[in-house]
Amino acid sequence: MTTSILNIEQISLAFGGVKALTDVSFSVTKGSVFSIIGPNGAGKTSMLNCISGRYQPNSGKITFADQDVTHLKPNDRADLGMGRTFQNLALFGHMSVLDNIMVGRHHLLKNNWLTGPLYWASGAQKEELAHRRKVEEVIDFLEISHIRKSIAGTLSYGLRKRVELARAMALNPKLILLDEPMAGMNLEEKEDMARYILDLNEEFGITVVMIEHDMGVVMDISHEVMVLDFGKKLISGLPHEVMADPYVKRAYLGLEDDAEPDTLEEVS
Amino acid sequence: MSSLTMRPCGDFRTSYKQDNTIFETTTIKNVAIFAIALLCAAPYLVDAYYLTLFIQISYLGIAALGLNILVGYTGQISLGHGAFFGFGAFASAWLNISFGIPVLLCIPLAGFLTMAVGMMFGLPASRIKGLYLAIATLAAQFILEDFFARADWFSGGSAGSSADPISIFGFVFNSDESFFYIALAALVIMYIWGCNLMRSRDGRAFVAVRDHYLSAEIMGIKLNKYRLLSFGISSFYAGIGGALYAHYLGYVSAEGFTLFMSIQFLAMIIIGGLGSIKGTLMGVVFMVFLPEVLESGVGLMKMTDWGNIPMVVDGLAYIKEMAIGLVIILFLIFEPQGMAHRWAQIKNYWKFYPFSY
Repeated sequence: MTTSILNIEQISLAFGGVKALTDVSFSVTKGSVFSIIGPNGAGKTSMLNCISGRYQPNSGKITFADQDVTHLKPNDRADLGMGRTFQNLALFGHMSVLDNIMVGRHHLLKNNWLTGPLYWASGAQKEELAHRRKVEEVIDFLEISHIRKSIAGTLSYGLRKRVELARAMALNPKLILLDEPMAGMNLEEKEDMARYILDLNEEFGITVVMIEHDMGVVMDISHEVMVLDFGKKLISGLPHEVMADPYVKRAYLGLEDDAEPDTLEEVS
Repeated sequence: MSSLTMRPCGDFRTSYKQDNTIFETTTIKNVAIFAIALLCAAPYLVDAYYLTLFIQISYLGIAALGLNILVGYTGQISLGHGAFFGFGAFASAWLNISFGIPVLLCIPLAGFLTMAVGMMFGLPASRIKGLYLAIATLAAQFILEDFFARADWFSGGSAGSSADPISIFGFVFNSDESFFYIALAALVIMYIWGCNLMRSRDGRAFVAVRDHYLSAEIMGIKLNKYRLLSFGISSFYAGIGGALYAHYLGYVSAEGFTLFMSIQFLAMIIIGGLGSIKGTLMGVVFMVFLPEVLESGVGLMKMTDWGNIPMVVDGLAYIKEMAIGLVIILFLIFEPQGMAHRWAQIKNYWKFYPFSY
C-alpha cells in the first residue's frame, strides 16, 4: 500500500486571468480510494481534466504508473490504463449499451477498417466474441444485463451513470477517475453505486480517484481525502483528520457545524 | 429501442455469436438470400430497361453508402462526393488504359486511389466541422471538376476518356444482362463490407466520434485518425461506385460529376436514413425510381383530356429536378430519420397490434 500510482507535482492551470489550479501536489496510493472534495468552482473537475488529459496544465508534472503523462493525449492515457466518467453524462446516446461498453475495449482490439470487414476470414469475429465475453463480465458485475440492448440515450439517469462506469471499467483500467458518480441519485442508487465503487476497488484492484459532494459517502469509502479551495490544496489525509480540520470546516462544511466530526461518524 | 429488444417467439439466442449477426432474425436473413437469388434470375425475367435501373441503383448505392458512413455514422459532412465518384471513374479508366491493368483489378485500385485523394481533401476535417467543413469539401468538388477538365493525361480533358468493359477469362461483360451480375455482386460485397465494418472496432469508433467526441477521446479513440479515415472510406466507396459506372457506360466525360450529383447523394441518404445501411439502399432505390414514376405519371396524364397540359408535359425535366427538392423538404419535415426509421415503425406497429407498445 505504499507505492503510488499517480503523482501530481505542482500543477497550475489558468484560463486567462482565472487561476483554476495553483501549485497542487498530491499522490495517490496504488489500490486506494482517493476523494477530492471542495466547494463549487474549487477546481476539482479541472484537476481531473488535467489528469485525464482534456486540459494541459500550464506548469507542473503528472506521473502515472512511473511514466510522465503531462503532455500525453487523452487517447494515449487510455492505452496506459486510465479510465474516467464524466459529471454530465457523456454516453454515446444513439448506441446500444452493449456497443457503448464495447467502445471501452477500443484500445484492446486489434482489427482495423481493412480486417474488420473481412469479419469471418480475418479473425475479427473471434476477437469481437472474446471481448464480448469480457464486456459481459462487467455487465454482470454492475447488474445492467437487462438493459444491454437498450439505446443509451433512452435510459434513466441512474442507469446511465452505471453504464458510464461500465464503459470506463471495460478499458481494463489501473486507475479510474470518477467525477461525481453519485450526483443526482436517490439514496438507493447511491448505496448501490458506493458498493460498486468499493467492489471494483477491492475485487478488481482498480485505484479510484473520485470527486464527490456527498460527505457521508466520502467519509465511508475513501482511504484518503483531499480538499481543494479556490484552486489551492487545503489539506489531505485520512477522512476523519480532514474533517477535523477547522479550515476545512470554514471553507466547505460551514462554521456552525461545531459538532460535525462526531455526528458524521455516527451517521456513517 | 423496442425493435432491438423484441424478438419473435421461440427465437432464442444461446451464444454471443448468434447475438452478433448482421440480420436481426433468421427470417430476415432467409428473405434477403431469397431476394438475391431472385435477382440472379432477373435478366431472364424482366425487360433490359429495368436492368439498367438496377445497375444504376448498384453503383449509386455503393457510393451513397460511403457518404452515409461519413455523414450518418461519423457526423461529418461532404459536398464533394460527386467529384470523388467521378475521380473513381476516371482513375479506373486511366489505370486500365495507361498501365494495361485488367479492369477487374482496376476497380478496387481506383477505390484506393480515390481514398488517397479523399483523405487529402479530408485533412481539414480534423480541424473544422459543420458548415465550415461543408465549404472546405465544396472546394474539393470544384478543384476536382477543374482537374477533370484540364488534366488531359488523366481524364482525356474535355473529350473525356473511354473505359473498356470488364472481362474475366475472355468473357466480356458488355451487355446489360451480363453487367447486371457484376453490379449485383459488387453491391452485395460492398454492403456486407459496410455491415461488418459497423459491427467491428472502427465502425463503433466512428459512431462514438459522432455522438460524443470528448468521451470518445477519453476512451482511447484518436479523433483525427478516425475523422480522416472516415473520409478515406467514404471516398473508397465513391471510387468503387464511380469505377463501376465508368466500365458500365464505357465512356466517362467530365460534365457529369457536378455539385448537383453531390447534393443528390446527400438527398439519398437523408431520405433513406442517416446512420442506417439498409436505409441507404432504400433511399437510393427511392431516388432512382422517383423520376421513373414521375415520367410514367406524366405519361398517363398525357393520355387524358384534362391532364394534357403543355406546361406539365413539356416541363417534365424540370419537374423531375423540383421533385427531388420537394421530397427532401418533405422528408426533413415529416421523417427526418428517413425511410429506415419509418420502416421500423411500421414493423413495430404490426408486431404489437392491437397494442400501441
